Amino acid sequence: MNPSPEASTNCVVSFTINGEARKLVAHPMERLLDVLRNNLGLTGTKEGCGEGECGSCSILLDGMLVNSCLVPVAQANGASIVTIEGMSAHPLMKPLQESLLEYGGAQCGICTPGMILAAVHLLEKKPQPTPTDIREGLAGNLCRCTGYMQIFEAVAKAACRRVAK
Amino acid sequence: MTISHIVGASVPRKEGWDKVTGAARYVDDMVLPGMLHGATVRSTIARGKIKQINFGPGVDWSEYVVVTAKDIPGKNCIALILDDQPCLASEFVNHPEEPILLLAHADRHKLRKAAEAVSIEYEPLPAIHSIEESERQSTIIWGSDNTFKTFLVEKGDVDGVWKEATHIVEGEYFTGAQEQLYIENNGMIAAFDPENGVTVWGSLQCPYYVHKALMALFALPEEKVRVVQMETGGAFGGKEEYPSMIAGHAALLAMKSGRPVKIVYDRMEDMAATTKRHPSRTRHRTAVGKDGKILGGEIEFTIDGGAYATLSSVVLSRGTIHAGGPYYWPSVRIRTKAVATNTPPHGAFRGFGAPQSLFALERQMDRIAQVVGISPVEIRRRNFLRPGQTTTTEQTVRENIDLDRLLSRALEISDYAGKKKRFAEENKLGARKKGIGIASFLHGAGFTGSGERYLNSLVGAEANANGTVRVLVSSAEFGQGTNTVLCQIAAEALGLPYEDVSIAQPDTTVVPNSGPTVASRTAMIVGKLVQSAAKGIAETLTKTGLLRGDYTLEQFRAGCREYVAAHGALKSYARYEAPPDVFWDDEKYRGEAYAAFAWAVYIAEVTVDLTTYSVTVDDFVALQEVGKVINPVLAEGQITGGVAQAIGFALYEKVVWQDGRMMNNQMTNYIMPASVDLPPIRVFFEEHGNVHGAHGAKGIGELPMDGPAPAIVNAVEDATGVRFCSIPLLPEDLFEALRDEAADHDAVTSTRGIA
Repeated sequence: MNPSPEASTNCVVSFTINGEARKLVAHPMERLLDVLRNNLGLTGTKEGCGEGECGSCSILLDGMLVNSCLVPVAQANGASIVTIEGMSAHPLMKPLQESLLEYGGAQCGICTPGMILAAVHLLEKKPQPTPTDIREGLAGNLCRCTGYMQIFEAVAKAACRRVAK
Repeated sequence: MTISHIVGASVPRKEGWDKVTGAARYVDDMVLPGMLHGATVRSTIARGKIKQINFGPGVDWSEYVVVTAKDIPGKNCIALILDDQPCLASEFVNHPEEPILLLAHADRHKLRKAAEAVSIEYEPLPAIHSIEESERQSTIIWGSDNTFKTFLVEKGDVDGVWKEATHIVEGEYFTGAQEQLYIENNGMIAAFDPENGVTVWGSLQCPYYVHKALMALFALPEEKVRVVQMETGGAFGGKEEYPSMIAGHAALLAMKSGRPVKIVYDRMEDMAATTKRHPSRTRHRTAVGKDGKILGGEIEFTIDGGAYATLSSVVLSRGTIHAGGPYYWPSVRIRTKAVATNTPPHGAFRGFGAPQSLFALERQMDRIAQVVGISPVEIRRRNFLRPGQTTTTEQTVRENIDLDRLLSRALEISDYAGKKKRFAEENKLGARKKGIGIASFLHGAGFTGSGERYLNSLVGAEANANGTVRVLVSSAEFGQGTNTVLCQIAAEALGLPYEDVSIAQPDTTVVPNSGPTVASRTAMIVGKLVQSAAKGIAETLTKTGLLRGDYTLEQFRAGCREYVAAHGALKSYARYEAPPDVFWDDEKYRGEAYAAFAWAVYIAEVTVDLTTYSVTVDDFVALQEVGKVINPVLAEGQITGGVAQAIGFALYEKVVWQDGRMMNNQMTNYIMPASVDLPPIRVFFEEHGNVHGAHGAKGIGELPMDGPAPAIVNAVEDATGVRFCSIPLLPEDLFEALRDEAADHDAVTSTRGIA
């Protein structure tokens, strides 16, 4: 919402979103977060702070974990974007979701989609993370409800469940 | 039918699956056809007279919906307790960020530009920004003396104890403002039509508070106001009273435009404009016997309420009653007051006054121990309340609580004695000093005194034809587990599987007024009523001959099917009935302050780094007696989350004020704990039961906010030998204090040298 998009300055942006090719017209400086939520109806990505501190708007952009509130949409041109809505088939999702529910890792739920993407990103890099890996891997995602303890447990358990398979 | 024992089991959160798939719908995820966005133009000064509102050039104002105080059809106030806070300032502003004018437009980008193009001319008036300035009364900004509320608690002959005292210990303690910092910002959507009145959907804790406020603001009868709670992304008290303001604003714009209007704050607006924890100052003067026993004391507790009364009187009440902590005071005088300043009103935040007065008390207890020459453990053991003794409000402790044993267990779990010895040795060398600190405390569950009587809560349960049951309450879920815990209680009451019980989305056209979702009252008070309402369904079926006393699930389902076919909806309601033995005197502030207290001993271990002046909490033990734990995983989550928030209160979260305005209203410079900042938080429960609550449950939501700050600061003193009396305690505060300490030490040494 930073810029004031005038029709004349709009540009065409193409990207793959959750596996589907999309093309849309937007102001180049429009926040990717707003495009996802308002233009594409992908409201699982949440806004917490609007300045890259809280991680609630985390998405995967070409496999990188990014805060979508800090990405101008023009920068996503040609990229492959994955949001929480596109994660259902990911092999890590079920173990993570089940562990979060079992260990109480989701309370109010607003940080949860971003936290899940951060956890997936971590477990892809480190399938058997140490407790320090988990703390550091989730350090960019703030949670005000849980005090993180139950999220740590859930992520550790999800890693075990996946390895067990 | 066999008892299912769903109560006491960690069943999964009712709305959990929606939350882990991103499907849960929060207010900002909702879009209505033709919806406009709303913005709030706010005061840029702390206090003054509004002279003129200018609509700047470069904006086609005919495109915008503009609302001022003149557009309010009813009373221009946010109805709460004293109704002194306007919905929109019309003549005077009394704090920075006070709402003055509202704008709406379909395009959010254009809306922001327009809001910036409005300028307001003021005639500034003198403003005050601290408790001390407010007390001086050289400028009167509220009432006749800047005082919202005072309380006086008196027990025994305090004036007589000073001459008997071996020690008289004085102390002054301060706590700062704290932002709730729920990750979902405040937001509302409103729709209006002349036929049906106002409907709002929003992020909120108390549907019927918003309902009451909108009725007054629009002069509408209750059936023409509808309030719906959306999934709410954290609240912590921060969505108790301010949502009424935002709902009013969105609804005024909706009425004027004839279209739905959404107002969702961004983080900066939310932090600058909405409520925070009351800053406080507490003064203790304690008379202590030779053996370390408290003989009596005077406690003065003062909170900064901000510019309007809002909830300050009730926050003060809880702070007042908790000021004596879990100790026996043969005599005490507690004088408390809430004063006005020209900052945005401070409001509800988890703990509600108790974290402030308990911080002071638990620091004072360590101070008393030093003066008497006994340990922090021993001072507490010698003064703990015991069954049969009375609290400061002369409430007799009837619960079978053994605080001595609770303390012993916490000491053992944390290896207190071993660490104490080890740290004393290790601290002789190096720049990293270790310390360990204790806090013992209590937290009352439910509304204070006669509060629950006035609330007169009503709860419903409805059985469907297929035998599933739906709980009807206005209690909101915002992460703490309301949905799950209340469904567990209803399922247990009827012997149904957990899956067969659901809970209605709070909507004032669907659910009765079971009171606000505050004060650690939901599991205990509302839970008990849910249990009764659910049992009422089985009783109705039994009375109509459709069910026998000992029924199977199939028989229950068949009974529901037949009842609904024959009579229509099967609903059962239960209304609050005060326990017969509860007596409270509002005038003298004496009697049974709470139907139950939760009790706790917390132990914090810290490292103070004398190179960086940072404090790290290395280990945290939280042991509490909370009656029956209904859902162990959710209960543990309440404690870990509360401890984390309280670690922030103690060590990280500092609101920087300038002329009554929060200057660091961003997550970048207002720092809450991240995953790497916290110690292992080890949670332990004891369950002695409480006759008043459902299955003996007590409230626990606020409890964990009370103890961590004093335990941590006690540990910092243990590590450094420096007496800190104010939080938040940031590295710069440590640096200054330790530098001053070093200077004092040098001065003392040289004086002695000269002598």
